[in-house]
Amino acid sequence: MDWRGWAEIVFTIALTVAVGWPLGIYMTRVWTGERTPLDPVLKPVEAGFHAALGIDRNKGQSWLGYAVALLAFSAAGFVLLYALLRLQGLLPLNPQGFGGVSPHLAFNTAVSFVTNTNWQSYGGETTLSSLSQMAGLTVQNFVSAGAGLAVAAAMARAFAADRGESLGNFWVDLTRNVLYVLLPLSIATALALVAAGVPQSLLAGVTARTLEGADQVIALFPVASQEAIKQWGTNGGGLFNVNSAHPFENPTPLTNLIEVVSLNALAFGTVVAFGRVAGARREARALLAAMVILVGLGAAAIYSSETLTPQPAMVAAGIIDAPANMEGKEVRFGAAASALWAAMTTGASNGSVNSMHASYMPLGGGVAMFLIQLGEILPGGVGSGLYGMVVMALLAVFVAGLMVGRTPEYLGKKVEAREIKFAMLAVLILPLAILGFSAVSAALPAALESLLNTGPHGLSEILYAYSSAAGNNGSAFAGLSANTPWWNTTLGIAMLLGRFAYAVPVLAIAGAIAAKPKLAPTAGTLPSDSPLFVGLLVGIILILGGLQFFPALALGPIVEHFQVLAAAR
Amino acid sequence: MIANLRPAIVSMVLFTALLGLAYPLGVTGLAQLLFPAQAGGSLIRNAAGGIVGSRWIGQSFRDEGYLRPRPSAAGEDGYDASNSSGSNLGPLNQDLAARVKADAAALRGESDAPIPVDAVTTSGSGLDPHVSPANAERQVLRIAAARKAPAAEVQALIAANTEGSTFGLFGEPRVNVLAVNLALDARWPRAQR
Repeated sequence: MDWRGWAEIVFTIALTVAVGWPLGIYMTRVWTGERTPLDPVLKPVEAGFHAALGIDRNKGQSWLGYAVALLAFSAAGFVLLYALLRLQGLLPLNPQGFGGVSPHLAFNTAVSFVTNTNWQSYGGETTLSSLSQMAGLTVQNFVSAGAGLAVAAAMARAFAADRGESLGNFWVDLTRNVLYVLLPLSIATALALVAAGVPQSLLAGVTARTLEGADQVIALFPVASQEAIKQWGTNGGGLFNVNSAHPFENPTPLTNLIEVVSLNALAFGTVVAFGRVAGARREARALLAAMVILVGLGAAAIYSSETLTPQPAMVAAGIIDAPANMEGKEVRFGAAASALWAAMTTGASNGSVNSMHASYMPLGGGVAMFLIQLGEILPGGVGSGLYGMVVMALLAVFVAGLMVGRTPEYLGKKVEAREIKFAMLAVLILPLAILGFSAVSAALPAALESLLNTGPHGLSEILYAYSSAAGNNGSAFAGLSANTPWWNTTLGIAMLLGRFAYAVPVLAIAGAIAAKPKLAPTAGTLPSDSPLFVGLLVGIILILGGLQFFPALALGPIVEHFQVLAAAR
Repeated sequence: MIANLRPAIVSMVLFTALLGLAYPLGVTGLAQLLFPAQAGGSLIRNAAGGIVGSRWIGQSFRDEGYLRPRPSAAGEDGYDASNSSGSNLGPLNQDLAARVKADAAALRGESDAPIPVDAVTTSGSGLDPHVSPANAERQVLRIAAARKAPAAEVQALIAANTEGSTFGLFGEPRVNVLAVNLALDARWPRAQR
C-alpha cells in the first residue's frame, strides 16, 4: 500500500458524496412534483405516459395499493424479459446469431434484472443478443432502479405525513424517477464514457490480424449506454462476462472514476432527498455519516488485505516482495482502485466488479461478502439502500428505547410494536435466504460440482453467491459455475425474497408511520442527528450483521486467512 | 390487481420503446457522430487499412522481439477477445501455485532481475492491454537482443508509451503492450511474416 492508493480511496469517496448531494436536492423536486429545469422537455412525455397508462396523477395510494402496483409492475417486467430471452433466436437485432436462452437461465436472468440484482449466470458476450441486452436488460436496469426510488419516495412521505393515509402514486413516482433522474444522468454519462474510450457500436464484433499473424475476434456492443445505467441504477449486470474489469467497459482510470462515482452518488443523493422530503435534514446527514464510515472502513480493510497478506503462490515461486495480490486485477487499476470498487459495489448492491473477487485474499473477499450481508445499506441500492437504512434506524431507536424504558420515536413518529414486527420480518429475510440455501447447497453433491475451489474457499463461493442474490447485489466469487438448474433456480428464489419480501414489509411500515400523528420532539426524545446516534446505528448494523453471519464467515474466509498465513510461511 | 393490469403492461411497452430502443440507439447515433473512433472500439489499423487490434484489448505476443503481455485466462489459449475471463483461482488453489511457479521459472531463464507480480498473474478480464513499467523494463534486454537494437533506444521507446497515474492520483502507472510493439516494428521493421 502507498499514500497514493489511500489518497485515491479518500478522494473518490468524498467526490461521490459531493456529486450525490446536489443530485439529492434535485431529486427532492422530482419526488415532490415541483418544477425542474428539465420540465420543458420532459413534462409532455410524462403527461403522455400518464394518459397511456390511464392513471390519475393526483390520486394517492395506500401502502397496500402502492405495494400491489409495485408487484404488478415487476411481474409484467418479468414476463416480458423471460419471453424476450427464450425467443431471442427468433427475434431481430441478433447479429451474433445466438439461440434462445435455456428455461432456468432465462428465469434466473429475468428475476435477476427485475429485482435490481443483476447476478450474471449468463456470459454476456457468449449468450445474449444485442436485442436482449438493449430491450431486455437495459430497460430493467432503468425501471427496477426507478421502482426502488419510488419506494424510497413513499417512505419519505410517510415521515412527512401527519395522520395521513396516502404514500403517493407508484406509477407517478416510477415514471418521474426514470424520466427525470435516471435517463438524463445515463445519457450524459454514456457520452462521457464514449469520449473516454468506451465503445458504442451495433456491430457484433471485428476480426483483427495481430502483428504475429494470429486472428483475434473482438466482441463489440453498445457498451457505453448500458454501462451508464448499470452504474447509476446500482444494477451491475455487465455486457461482458467479466463486467467492468473488461477494458471495453472500463478502459482507463478516468472511466473507472466516472463509473465508481456514478455507482454510489445516487444512493447518497437519495438520503439527502429523503431528509428534505421528510423534513429531517440533520437526521438524514446522520444516516449518510453512518454509511460513509462503514463503506470507508470496508474499503480500508480490503485494501489492507490485498496489499499486506502474503500470497502463498508468490512465496512458493520465490517472488517475495510482491506489493499487492494482482491475480484477477488489472494493471491500470492496481490494488487501490480495485479494493475501493469492491467495497463500494458490495456496500451498494451494485454488483459490478472491476477485479475478480474470487481471487482476493480471504479477508478482502470476506469483507466484501460482509458488506453485502450488512443488508445493502452502505449506501445500498438506489432507493432500496435508503429504506433499508431507515429500517436499521428504527431498530436502533427501538433498542435505545428498551435501554431507557420509553416508547421510542424516530423523526417525530412513535415507533411501536407493528413497525418493529415488520422491521424484524424484513431483516430476517437475509439470513433465512443466505444461510438456509447455503446450508442445503453445502450438503448437495449436485450443487458442489459447480465449485471451482475446494475447502473454505469453496464455502465462501456458496455463501457469497446467496449473499449476493438475497442482497440483490449481483457480484460473485466467479469461480462458481452458477449456470445450472439448481443454482439458477435457488438463486432466483433468493433474489425474489431479498427484493419483495423486504420491500413489502417496508411499505407496510411506511403505511403505519404515515398514519401516526407527527410529534414535536420532547426532552425525552433520543436525538437522531447526533454522533451518539451515528455510533448507535453503526453498532446495530454491525451487531445484526455480525451475529447472524459470523459463524458462517468463521468457517469460510476467516479460517482460510489462517491457512494462507500458514502456507505463506 | 386488475386495476394495475393496464398500467403495468402499457408502461413496460412504453419503457421498452424509450429505454430499450430509443435510448441505446440515440446514444449510439450521437456517439458515432461525436466520437467515431472510440465508439467503434478504438481500433488500430496498419498502413494497408487492416485491423491490427484495439488500443484497449490485450493480445498474445510470443516472439522474443515483442513486449510480452501478462498471462491470460480468457478462452483456451488466452486473450480471446470474445470470451473474457479471469482465472478465479482462490489464494490457496494448487493450480494457481503451480502456474505461478512454472511461469516464474520460465521468466528466470530470461533475466536475473526480480519478477514483477503482474508478470505471473492473470488479470480480471484476461484482456489486460497493459503491463507494469517494471515488467516492461525487465524485457528490454531480450527485445533489444532479438532486434539487434541498442537497449537504451528500446528503453526510451517503452518510456514514450508509459502512462503515469491519471492526474497523479487515479490508477497505476502502465505500459500499453500493443502500442509498444507497433512502435518497435515501426522503428526496426522486420521481415514480412
